[in-house]
Amino acid sequence: MSTFEERKAGFLAIELDGAGYQNLAAAVLAAESAGFHAATFADAPAPGRVNALQRAAFVGPVTRNIALVPEVDTVYTEPFHISTQLASLDYVSGGRAGWIVTAVDSSEAAAAVGRSHVSGEALAQEAAASVEVGRRLWDSWEDDAVIRDVATGRYLDVDKLHYVDFETPADFAGPAYSVKGPSIIPRPLQGQLPVLAAASLVGEGLVPVDSVDAVLVSAPTPELLVAEVRDVRARLGAAVAVVAELDVVLDSRGQPAVSRFASSAESGSTAEAGRARFVGSSAGLADVLDSLLKEADGVRLHPAVLDVELEELSRLVLPELRQRGSLRAPLQDGTFRDLLGLERPASRYANTTIAAIGSEN
Amino acid sequence: MTQHNRAIFQPTGQIQFGIFFQGVNSGTIWKASESGSQTDFESFRRIVQTAERGKFAAFFLGEGLRLREHLGRPHALDVAGRPDAQTMLAALAAVTRNIGLVATQNTTYNDPADLAHRLSSLDLISGGRAAWNVVTTDNAWTGANFRRGGYLDHADRYKHAEAFVETAKRIWDSWETSSGPARPVLHEGQHYTVDVTPRLARSAQYRPVLFQAGDSPDGRDFAARQADVIFSAHPKFDDAVEFRRDIVARSVAAGRGANAVQIMPASEFILAATDQEAQEKKAWVRSLQIGPQQAIAYLEQFWGRELTEYDPDGPLPEIDPAVEETSETRGSGFHGAKARQLADQWRAEAKDKGLSIRQFVTSRTARVDATFTGSYTAIADHLSEYARVGAVDGFNISPWLIPTGLDDIVNHLVPELQERGVYPTDYRGTTLRENLGIETPVRSTESVPA
Repeated sequence: MSTFEERKAGFLAIELDGAGYQNLAAAVLAAESAGFHAATFADAPAPGRVNALQRAAFVGPVTRNIALVPEVDTVYTEPFHISTQLASLDYVSGGRAGWIVTAVDSSEAAAAVGRSHVSGEALAQEAAASVEVGRRLWDSWEDDAVIRDVATGRYLDVDKLHYVDFETPADFAGPAYSVKGPSIIPRPLQGQLPVLAAASLVGEGLVPVDSVDAVLVSAPTPELLVAEVRDVRARLGAAVAVVAELDVVLDSRGQPAVSRFASSAESGSTAEAGRARFVGSSAGLADVLDSLLKEADGVRLHPAVLDVELEELSRLVLPELRQRGSLRAPLQDGTFRDLLGLERPASRYANTTIAAIGSEN
Repeated sequence: MTQHNRAIFQPTGQIQFGIFFQGVNSGTIWKASESGSQTDFESFRRIVQTAERGKFAAFFLGEGLRLREHLGRPHALDVAGRPDAQTMLAALAAVTRNIGLVATQNTTYNDPADLAHRLSSLDLISGGRAAWNVVTTDNAWTGANFRRGGYLDHADRYKHAEAFVETAKRIWDSWETSSGPARPVLHEGQHYTVDVTPRLARSAQYRPVLFQAGDSPDGRDFAARQADVIFSAHPKFDDAVEFRRDIVARSVAAGRGANAVQIMPASEFILAATDQEAQEKKAWVRSLQIGPQQAIAYLEQFWGRELTEYDPDGPLPEIDPAVEETSETRGSGFHGAKARQLADQWRAEAKDKGLSIRQFVTSRTARVDATFTGSYTAIADHLSEYARVGAVDGFNISPWLIPTGLDDIVNHLVPELQERGVYPTDYRGTTLRENLGIETPVRSTESVPA
């Protein structure tokens, strides 16, 4: 395979919310064996929807290659809890965890925890603060903090544990808070989990670009999606991976996608407003994905009916994309960072002692 | 079956086991060559599947909200660092079928609606096997990791906890039928207001089982009113019988049945083929639990100063504590005491018994009351007595070795108990409530606002 082909081959993620919780293991195994690289788990408040992070954790031990990426809200949740929960997800999945950062704009969510409703620019501030707390806490145990040194009786090397001492910035719109640290759990297997967020949440004055690893890009139509991917890349730079969002409704079992879409629209199952939707044949989708994967690092598919679309995707679409060389082979025993081409970073606190000693010279 | 008088306690003649994977503590040995990782998923999978093979009722995880400190720095000597309870339990739900999954969760630094939703999630994902071990805290030191900070007075913690538990129960009870619709739940409290329309229906066991571990009179009353099971600190036979009597009285006074609240004391088992071998094993376990550095650090937390110049095999320090109240190791459920008085008392006791620092600390810290040491048959006979009189409903075992610490219990003690007819030979059902034999709660309509 030439370098050029390697560069352009992208990855595919699938949103699994349609699996609910009863068929979760079967659904994620089907996605993994079809060759999807990542599964995502929606968590916006909806009747019957079980906590996304727990759904991701549940499938951790029964899968091996697929990355598991739950949405976790940053506005009405405790950053200390989120950080621990996501680090734990990384442990139970063998380093395949990620985080889709969301900032819920909902007066109901605010009332549920007895806080004022956060909206507008303040949402991104809350998200930015939570991501910063999470990342600092993941670094707060250096990789080799657990030493189990029998001779000195020390389980930990406390010089490798760090208070994160986070404080919300002076211009923080919501109630100011601080987090002391260190984390309650050793550094996650990946060091830092990949952090994803909607592109609209990331940028100057929002969640800083350098605190996310990938952005999710939406456009109203598949045609506009390519242009939007290019715009976002130009705006945010090359360091952040770009993932295009696409709803899919496919011809299936003799039923044309258009009529399936009409009936699903009637039954009230709707996709997010403003997200591009492909309605048509598997061959047509392969063409769309082929061109999208030339521009984006990956595409996340939102199937109309999980079981139905997944069958078509795995039987027809993914094999075709692999054939064309536009889809990467699944990563065997890799981490989510490996999938995104990210190195395992050192803890930001790792050199503080050495630097302090050095400065005395 | 004849109708029992619900005010009179009826022994079931059975005991059950739970396992408490402690995570952060000095009881888990990390120095032995067979000690495994405290964080790798494999350790959790190995031990929970062993427990399930032994028909254990429940697997408990603790909750950490701030890393323990000693003399102002993270505590270096003991096992530390643990995964989030519910995240780990959700993963373990996928590799187990029957065992209950108990998450210790604090009422002070969680939000009721969020916690109720997450516990419901775990309950649904696991097919009705989730439980909540309710704990409280009030210290601002822990609060330093949370948005709300320290906001609760010590005197208010049970009042606050009870309002929290009531709110969670109302959220779980808010469904007209098992599939809906849910009614909104409103709680206006002293510290915050909760206004939520629940999104998750009832699980196969109706709602998560509630465990509670408080031991003060307030804690016992709270448990008698709210809990299904008390995770108590009274495993010695006479003490257990007395504790049972007290809890039965409090349960009946709270308008519940005499058998409504089960009791599973925390305990440690050191077992072998013979009593002699078990005693030798105990000496080995204790020597690894309390090494020379642990012994000194234990005293330091009461003296409030470094004592590293003292010989662990010598007498207790002659100098006086540097503090009035002892609180120099934080995060161990530690309660302050008068330091000077304690030091005088300990010096006298150690001198009297001829104990070195290490011997004295071992005698203090070993779970003397909670340890069952002996041959498999002797301990099985002893536990059968508990079952016969109904002193307890079971024991919560804290293994001193991870992840193989239940092997001898499951391979040798459980069969002995099964032969004596006092321990289940299989799970009764698929939910934790069924397996513990706890009645399905009656939906409380008056607690739901019209």
